[in-house]
Amino acid sequence: MAIEDDVCVIGGGLAGMTAALRAAREGARVRLLSHKKSTLRHASGLVDILGYADGELVADPFDALPSLPETHPYRRVGDDAVRAGLSLFDDVTGDAYRGTHTDANALVATHGGTVKPTARYPTRVAPGLASQDRKTLLVGFDSLTAFDAPLAADHLAAAGVPGATRGVTVAFPGDFRADSRVTRSARALDDDETVEIANGSMPVRRALVRAVESHLGDAERIGFPAVLGEEESQEVRNALESALGIDVFEVPMGPPSLLGLGLETLFQEALAEAGVRRTTGNPVVEFDADDGRIRSVSTDRNGRPTPFHADEFVLATGGLVGKGIDSDREGVVEPVFDCHVPHPDDRYEWFDDEAFGDHPFARFGVTVDDDLRPLDAAGGTEYDNLRAAGSVLGGADFAAEKSGSGISLATGHAAGRAAGAAANQ
Amino acid sequence: MATETEALVIGGGSTGCGIARDLALRGVDTTLVERGNLTHGTTGRMHGLLHSGGRYAVSDQESAAECIAESRVLREIASHCVEMTGGLFVQLPADDDEYFEEKLAGCRDCDIPAEVISGEEAREIEPYLTRDVERAIRVPDGAIDPFRLCVANAADAEEHGARIETHAEVTDVLVEDGKVTGVEVRHESGPGKRSHHEPGTTERIEADHVVNATGAWAGELGAMAGVEVEVRPSKGVMTVMNTRQVDTVVNRCRPKGDADIIVPHETACILGTTDEEVEDPDDYPEEQWEVDMMIDTLSELVPILSEARTIRSFWGVRPLYEPPDTGTTDPTDITRQFFLLDHADRDSLAGMTSIVGGKLTTYRLMAEGITDHVCEKLGVEGVCRTAEQPLPGSEDFSVLRDYMEEFGLRSPVGRRSTERLGSKADEVLKTDDPNPVVCTCEAVTRAELDHAIADAGTDLNATRIRTRASMGNCQGGFCAHRIAALLHPEYDEATTRTALDELYEERWKGQRHALWGEQLSQAMLNHALHATTMNRDRDPAASDDGIEYDRFDAGPPTPEAAADGGRAGGRDGTDDEEDDRGD
Repeated sequence: MAIEDDVCVIGGGLAGMTAALRAAREGARVRLLSHKKSTLRHASGLVDILGYADGELVADPFDALPSLPETHPYRRVGDDAVRAGLSLFDDVTGDAYRGTHTDANALVATHGGTVKPTARYPTRVAPGLASQDRKTLLVGFDSLTAFDAPLAADHLAAAGVPGATRGVTVAFPGDFRADSRVTRSARALDDDETVEIANGSMPVRRALVRAVESHLGDAERIGFPAVLGEEESQEVRNALESALGIDVFEVPMGPPSLLGLGLETLFQEALAEAGVRRTTGNPVVEFDADDGRIRSVSTDRNGRPTPFHADEFVLATGGLVGKGIDSDREGVVEPVFDCHVPHPDDRYEWFDDEAFGDHPFARFGVTVDDDLRPLDAAGGTEYDNLRAAGSVLGGADFAAEKSGSGISLATGHAAGRAAGAAANQ
Repeated sequence: MATETEALVIGGGSTGCGIARDLALRGVDTTLVERGNLTHGTTGRMHGLLHSGGRYAVSDQESAAECIAESRVLREIASHCVEMTGGLFVQLPADDDEYFEEKLAGCRDCDIPAEVISGEEAREIEPYLTRDVERAIRVPDGAIDPFRLCVANAADAEEHGARIETHAEVTDVLVEDGKVTGVEVRHESGPGKRSHHEPGTTERIEADHVVNATGAWAGELGAMAGVEVEVRPSKGVMTVMNTRQVDTVVNRCRPKGDADIIVPHETACILGTTDEEVEDPDDYPEEQWEVDMMIDTLSELVPILSEARTIRSFWGVRPLYEPPDTGTTDPTDITRQFFLLDHADRDSLAGMTSIVGGKLTTYRLMAEGITDHVCEKLGVEGVCRTAEQPLPGSEDFSVLRDYMEEFGLRSPVGRRSTERLGSKADEVLKTDDPNPVVCTCEAVTRAELDHAIADAGTDLNATRIRTRASMGNCQGGFCAHRIAALLHPEYDEATTRTALDELYEERWKGQRHALWGEQLSQAMLNHALHATTMNRDRDPAASDDGIEYDRFDAGPPTPEAAADGGRAGGRDGTDDEEDDRGD
């Protein structure tokens, strides 16, 4: 029997999950198809709306939205959709995130030692905000090479943060391999495993406290790389805070990012609760359309196509990183529906000569109408019942703007609502 | 500031470093100056082929004979820089039978072991070769790491008393009474190891004899001394693939042509190359069509290359030279032999000798020749020992040891590290500190990087060439910041940051020629990690405009309930604190 749903969302990242959730809240029967692990594991777990406009630091993203170009995804969906997407996010994440009390951006210390503007930040990160004038101790682990706490502390001082910041490097307690994965230490803390130390053994949380307490000095808060627990992070942080007597926070890290993975888990729980059906592990390789409407898409399961029928489809396959946008020496394509992706013919015009220059490739993606329906080269809609959301959309350099999560939420929300509503008609 | 030396070598490529080593081994007081880091010019921009000589067996038999002889020497003295992959000259249907026979005969004339194998046998050795392959000649080609080789020569020269100055650009050649008496150099950050942010200095170095070993730049250096050196810089492109599609060197067996060789190198393959004369060795176009031609033409030989992942491309300039009036128009016809230009004989300018032409495979022989010459000029009697005495790292390299247990390294990491370090593995890897892998693409550990940094100062590109860190698939996206962090606290935060930016930009430069498919995806990921997650593109520390921190969210206004119930969480930003800030 054929698989039939009202709405089929392709892509399991933040945009796809948001779209699926929103469509389900319209009362639609929703299917979410995802191929590989989402790129959330690469993401910091911070949720940015807009950190820079025209290269200038933005204190309030909503003030800056009108200054964006017409073709920007935010302008397509409008300010209200940005707020609605964020509100859905707040609803899903609840106590796990902070930042709801204000429109202003927060400045969060990065593992590279800079500060970064962001709209929502995990509760685990909250006590570390750079705006607070508090004496801070950063702690790094000598086997975790991505975060050098003394260097990050000096870097933050160079960035002019109000509070004095020091850094220290200690050994993570226990006899773990020098380059074991961050998840290994996180799980040890989750379970408060007993670890071997110099004279005997003790629970790892207590051993960690012992490793850092002599360095505290007059610190008013202490920051660790974001490895303090995977499942039980609140409990781990509470235990450290009560033993050390000061606030404990975490510094967001690069891949594999426990904060990004934690965010994914929260959304997956919300999806399950909303009754979204999930099918994972196989790529969408072909589709069937007539009369300008998609009828079904098929995944490839060991060479055997499995069709998924729906009334409405949302394309949320990601950008260049997630392979929702692909390229070869000849050109740039959207590989699932072959939607038009504008790009210069000459691939030497896809990039800027400076590493952090204004890269055209960073803006590659499909163009859409105000209803988020992808447009063909002539400006007509590709398919009546196809909408696009997230970084498969062109027109924004989310890395330079610090707008990636916000675009996923706003466009995922708008696409999910429209698809759900259309399916109900 | 003025200093003196007996011999001054200009140029820190393989030839210059080889000369410095040979001079130092013969007891000559030697100084080498190089404007960039070691291998900065041509040496660091070659495909890493250790020539059997087969390539020149028809067109240039003298070079071919030199190559096979020197290849045998390098396998002995530089074993930790060499991988004897073997090589094939492959004939496709379009390729001439007669040339194939000439190549075979040429190899035999030059004492190059050569064996004809069938197309089927060739495909057994290299399964990705095209099905069209008719037959092939098997020769002892290999791969050589030019960075490691160069650094090992420089290190041994230093061991024997030479002074090696990188980031020291010659700004003038001093000439008095028809004799070169030395040079003036500008140190980028003072003499010794480079340190970013340190102000530069100039130095007069007086020398009894000056050797111009600047390769493609020999004409420019000559001009500073008022003599003409007719070097003909010729550019060639090389394209780096992300994996070893072939494990032996694969050459196309036809008279000559662009894009006819694939060299397996460590974890990658390098496609080469073109040969096109340029006016200025520092400024020539790097063009898209050259990269396309590498991939398209070599895909005829190894079809999967058309679909494979390219990680970057780079260009090098050859220091081609031919004696005046030879009149060769096509650079591919110019001999690969080397020439020693005694400016006293040639131009009545005593005190300076230039060396031009040649190739990396024959660098030691060139160094021997010029060192003999300089020693004669200086009246030094000494015997060349460079053909017998192993380079540092190759002294005791009979067996690759498994360091997995001894150093707590996982097996492949230990293998890679010990291959790179050779007999220095013990010294470098024996550390009491944890030794995590910092660059995962190339399996480079912290101890190896610390060792290289001790040698190279803040120049992370010099550390890169010593270790291969940041040279894999991610091109530094995942590791550049981790590598840079090792400079701290010996070097301050601003210095560390500048060094990181420089490494990141250098890695970007070559990737620009590989931005499609997987590598474009990687570039976007790197952009996201460095710009989004770390905000390095708008780093407030690098900007003159201070941030008005009090305009930003300082946390929820109401105290959060602390889970232990007793400790107030009001530090997250109360109204009182709000009032204290803002100035």
